[in-house]
Order: sequence, then structure tokens, then C-alpha cells
Amino acid sequence: MIAETGLAALWLAAGLAAYQFVLMVLALRSDIAVTRPMRGVAVIQGVLTLLAFGMLLLVFARSDMSVALVFENSNSAKPFIYKVAGAWGNHEGSMLMWVTILAIAGAFVALFSRRTGERTLTAALGSQAVLALGFYAFLLVASNPFARLFPAPPDGQGLNPLLQDPGLAFHPPTLYLGYVGLSVAFSFAVGALLTGEVDSRLARAMRPWVLGAWILLTLGITAGSYWAYYELGWGGYWFWDPVENASLMPWLAATALLHSINVLAARGALKAWTMMLAVIAFSMSMVGTFLVRSGILTSVHAFAIDPQRGTFLLVLLAIYVGAAFVLFAVRGASLKEGTPFELVSRESGLVVNNLLLSVVLGIVFLGTLYPLFIEALSGEKLSVGAPYFNALAGPLALLLAIMVGIGPLLRWRRERRPVFGQLKIPALIGVSALVMTILAAPAMHILPRLGFGVAAYLIAASILPLVGRNPLRAPLATWGMVVSHFGIAVALSGMAANAAFSSERLAIAKPGEILTVGPWQVQLESVTPTAGKNWTANEAELRASRGQGAFTLKPETRYYSDPPTETNESAIRTFWNGQLYTVVGKEDASGAWQLRLWWKPFVTLIWAGGALIAIGGALALLGRLLPLLRRRRFPEWRRRYA
Amino acid sequence: MKPKNQRLALVSAAIMALLVAVLLAMWGLRSQASFFYTPADIAAGKAANGEAARLGGMVEKGSIRREPDGVTIRFVLTDGRATTPVVYRGIVPDLFREGSGAVAEGRLQNGTFVADTILAKHDERYMPPELGNLAAEHKAGKTLEK
Repeated sequence: MIAETGLAALWLAAGLAAYQFVLMVLALRSDIAVTRPMRGVAVIQGVLTLLAFGMLLLVFARSDMSVALVFENSNSAKPFIYKVAGAWGNHEGSMLMWVTILAIAGAFVALFSRRTGERTLTAALGSQAVLALGFYAFLLVASNPFARLFPAPPDGQGLNPLLQDPGLAFHPPTLYLGYVGLSVAFSFAVGALLTGEVDSRLARAMRPWVLGAWILLTLGITAGSYWAYYELGWGGYWFWDPVENASLMPWLAATALLHSINVLAARGALKAWTMMLAVIAFSMSMVGTFLVRSGILTSVHAFAIDPQRGTFLLVLLAIYVGAAFVLFAVRGASLKEGTPFELVSRESGLVVNNLLLSVVLGIVFLGTLYPLFIEALSGEKLSVGAPYFNALAGPLALLLAIMVGIGPLLRWRRERRPVFGQLKIPALIGVSALVMTILAAPAMHILPRLGFGVAAYLIAASILPLVGRNPLRAPLATWGMVVSHFGIAVALSGMAANAAFSSERLAIAKPGEILTVGPWQVQLESVTPTAGKNWTANEAELRASRGQGAFTLKPETRYYSDPPTETNESAIRTFWNGQLYTVVGKEDASGAWQLRLWWKPFVTLIWAGGALIAIGGALALLGRLLPLLRRRRFPEWRRRYA
Repeated sequence: MKPKNQRLALVSAAIMALLVAVLLAMWGLRSQASFFYTPADIAAGKAANGEAARLGGMVEKGSIRREPDGVTIRFVLTDGRATTPVVYRGIVPDLFREGSGAVAEGRLQNGTFVADTILAKHDERYMPPELGNLAAEHKAGKTLEK
């Protein structure tokens, strides 16, 4: 009955979404006030989808093998947490999770949004319902997560062991929350284009959603990068894999949107521009979902290939994005531009930020999809990898990092002060860092060298907005900006250090032998067979030391039985100045084991920087939301009589 | 700046950005994209020496040999029509076995494919799409032979 309840809830939710669409059309064609019923329906729709998703979690938790999806993706021998997480570790479940988040986001907008005009809100909720409707159709027609098997098989087929990791439990939900947060920005933009109410009120209503989505995307990308780093055992943190790009593209668009929305909120300018970015940001989320879920591209992450699902998603993508662009083309031109600004101003700085981010986005987008176009056109197969992305996106990212130091110093509308004087010290620091790398490491590649220089400059430049004022009095949003920009500098220095100073050792060793990597002496003590709940493994015991303080590392090669798979579990030891990363391979005929060792100085700064960027976003979000909460707790009338 | 001129400036800036992105990407893709070849393509001389490429096929039975350093392996990839020798220095990935499919990323050097990365089936369900087609072709070929 559990699965049937879930299915019924899904059908009902789909019906309500259709009803919401009808309400929107009614409200736009006449002046009937439908905001109240609209809000109610949106909330019920959210609750119903949540119920459906809860039912799916329940059948997975109970290992109900009569449900086809559970049979295909779970196994009763799995640890409990991965049984539950398995609910969204597959195609149908993850699509249900996507639409659940979408509907709940709609419900939250319905409950809490008071800032935009009523008509715009109604149109935005209608648009959100249309988005959800496509995914309901997809689930109910093409990929029903609750389909039954008869007779019920005795046990399931298991889950890709690469995914049996805490990373799986939290990585996709984080990214999906980010993707779907952008759907709200999209719906607001569509709503405002329909009613013509593109103003700073709209920007203020959109901003928390964009900020929230952006924070989650930042966290998701950072966590995903660390997951690939330790789980794949390849020692890299970013592979320019299509699935990684799928999460990077919405992030780039959201970052641009985040900056332009501030112009709209503060100055009422960049109206059409911001609406365009809101449409693009969600389009990139859809493209990302399409790339991951259709499995159309060669990828270390890709699951089974199913052209039908890919086609369905592609059609949805084309309808939504196409409709939004048509709407934009019809209405965008009639938008009145807001307050004008001069060439040297905060607005111009943010426009430059947006342009650079858009160029990077374009490059990543074209590089990711080019193999698809070529194969569709000529049948020729090719792949685009790290050399392309590094060579093109790398220098642009550095240029952007330089601009990050300048933009926040500029005033709105017109800057007449000699701002560049403030940047003398950061520039000096950056140049001396550059000179130092030339003197100390003449053989270093150009990109890491420039990376060090720009990172050193930005570490100083990013805190300038707090210099010369009482830092405690500065608004939280300013603190958030400073922390995020500082995080960029930190991540950049980690990437440069990893590229410039990593040392690698790949060799075979018999028990007792010692290998050297960087400052480390690593001795292979023994290799012993071990076993876990649903795997067996060869566990190596390594003793590492640099002079004093020896410690033990235990990398493994694991063999899973359901489905039969082998994974390398790296063993990593973190120090303040870097990570020692070890992987054990196979045994050869003479009893020696392959070992792969890395010493990666300051590599942790990459993820520390990512975390700082997200924390900065959280501070800014707090700074925007706190005044709202305060106002709600003390409404005007109560303040008057208190 | 007048609002009208400002809009014009913004629109042209956006178009410029788009053009720059497309031009940069086209330039980069021309020099950096790597093509997928089968051993038969290599035998036909389709891949230039030293050009970044991917090579896919089945690992020929009995062809895997390890060098004395223990970490360099040599093996032969086949597509049933031709074979290409491959050399790779590193830990071979999960489920890299004789008789199963693999994709090597690297470059051709004097007839030998020098791989930087080896991709093999991650699990029962994962198969690089190129290999999926290859396996299908292979089967089709065999049926025809019968």
C-alpha cells in the first residue's frame, strides 16, 4: 500500500499543478484576485509531493523488493543509511526528489513571499507549477518510481559501490536544492515579465532564493570535488568531467545573477539583463540535469544510457527555455531602464563581472556540448578535456579574480575618488609574490605562477571594503561579500600550490621496503585481507614519517559482490601544510604491491576556500533575512504601542 | 549617459561577450579536442603522430605484460579487425581485464599508443558509450561471419 499511496499523492499533486496553471491564466486574462487560492493550492501541492517522496524513502528503508526500483538499486545487505540514500541514487528516485524540492520551493514562495505585487506572485506560482507539471508527466508517464514487480524477487541487485559513500547521501540533494532554488528565480522572472513589474521589489523577493541556491551549489561543487578527490583515487580535485561541468554551469550563471540582482535591488537598473540571467541560470540547471540524467556523455559518473529519458528531458528543456526566451523577446524590449550610471561606477564593475562570467560560462558550455554536436552532425566521436578548459577558462578566471579586488571599492552611479590608490598595497603584494615565484621556482608553469600572484593580491584587496570603517558596524552583507571574495583568493592559492608543488611517486614495493615522496618516507609494512558488510578488501599498512612522528595509513582495494566491482579506497592524512595521499594497487608475481603516493602541499586550501565562499554567502543571506524576521516579530502596530 | 545610449552600450557589450566566448571556444576546440579511434582507424592511418586522442577496444587475451618496474604495463587493444599496442604507467583501473573493454586516453607515438589514463568498465552497468557501439558492431560482425 505504501507505494500506491505515493503514486496517488503524485497524481493528485500533478492535478493541483494543472489547476494552478489554470488559475494563473485566469488571473492574467482578467483581474480576478486569485492569490489566496493560489497560495493554498501551492502549499497542498508541496505537501503531497513530500508525501510521495516520503513513501519512496519508506519502501527503500524497508527493502521492499516488490517495488521494481528497490529491486534494481538496493540490496538487503546494505547498511541502513545507504538503503535510504539509495532512494535518490537512481534515475526515477532522483527525478522524484527534484520535483519534490520544486514543489516545496513553490509552497515556501506561496507562504512567505510578500514583497512582489499580487499579480506577479500569482504568475510566478503559476510558472513554478508549470515547471513541476512537466516533471510530474515525466515521472508518471515515462519513469514511475513506484512500479511493482510480480512476483517479488527475493533480494535486490545492489548499488554501484562507488556511490556507497556518505558523499552520495548528501551530494545530490545539495546540488538539487541549488538547481531548484534557481527555478524560483526563473519563475519570478517569468511572472514579472508577464505582468511587466520588473523592479527593485522583485529583485529583493528573488535575492534570498538566488543567494540560497548559490550557497548550496557552492557547497555541492566543493563537496563533490572532495568526493572525487578521495573516492576515485586519482589524486585530482577537478576533472572537467561533463557531470562536473553540469554543476559548474548553473553556478557560473547564478554567480552572475547574484551580482546583477544587487544592481536591480539597489538601483533599479539592469532590468532586462537580470531577467535574462535568471532565465539562463535555470536553463543551465535543466541542462545540467539533462546531461547527468540522460547519461548521454562519456563520464566517470554516468549511469546506464537510456535515450528515451534523455529525449523527454530535452523536450522539457526546449519547451521551458524556449517559452522563456520568447517571453523575454516580446516583453524585454518594453522594460524601462532604471537609473543611469557612468562608466566608472559600481554598476559598471558588476557588468564587467557579469560579462567575464558569461564568457567563461559560454566556453564551458560549448566545450561540454561540442562532442554531442559533432557526433550528431558527422557521427565522429571526440572528447574535450582538461587542456581545453584550463587553457581558456584559466586566464579568464584570473582576470575575473583581479576585477574582484576592484569592483567592491567603487561607488554606485559615479566614482570620482581616486580609488585605484587604495589598491597600491595589494598590487605591490601581488607583484612581489610573482617575483618570488620567479626567483624561487624558475621552472614553474605560467598559470600557477600567475595564480600565486593574483591570490596574494586578492587576499589583501578583498578585505579593503572593511578598511577605514568600524568593521563591527559594517552590514552583514558587506561581511559576506568580503568573506566570499577572500575565499576565492584562498581557493586560488590552494589550486596554484597543488599545481606547482605536488610530488607523486608511483612504484612497487615489497613489505619492508621504503618509498620517498616529497619530504616523506613511506614504508610498506604489510598487506592483509579484511572484510566489511558487503565487501572484501586488501588493506595495506603504510608507515609514514618525515624525520619524527611516524604514523600509519591504511589504503585499501575493495571488492564488492553485488554488483561485482572493485574500488580503490585512498588513505589520506591531513597536515596544516598539505596532505599525504596514498593508494594501493595490485600485487605482482613476486609479491610486490603497486603503490601510488602523493604529497600535496596546501591542497586543502582549495576546499577551505570553497567553504569560505559559501560561508560568505550565508552571512549575506542572514544579513538580508534578519531584518525581515525582526519586522515580522514586531509589526508596525505593535512597535507603536510597545 | 542617456538611458537609451546606456541600453545600447549594454546590449553591444553582451553581444561582444558572446562573440568572444564563441571565438575563443572555436579556437580552443580546434586545437584541443581529441578524437576517438579504434585500432582499425589507427591501422588506416587516421590518427596523426602525437595528436591527443582516445583509443577504444577490447584488451586482447594474453597480451598484458608488466615491465620490471612493476608499474608500467603493455597490452594490446583490438577491435576484431586490427590491433594497437598500448603502454601505460600507473595503477590500472577497476575491472581492467583481458578480454574486456577499455578506453585509453593519450597519444600515438611511432605506432604505440602512450596512455595517460585508462578507463575501463566501472561496474556492470557502466560502459563508455563509444564502447557500447563497438560491442554492438562486434556482435553484428560475428553474426554475419556465422
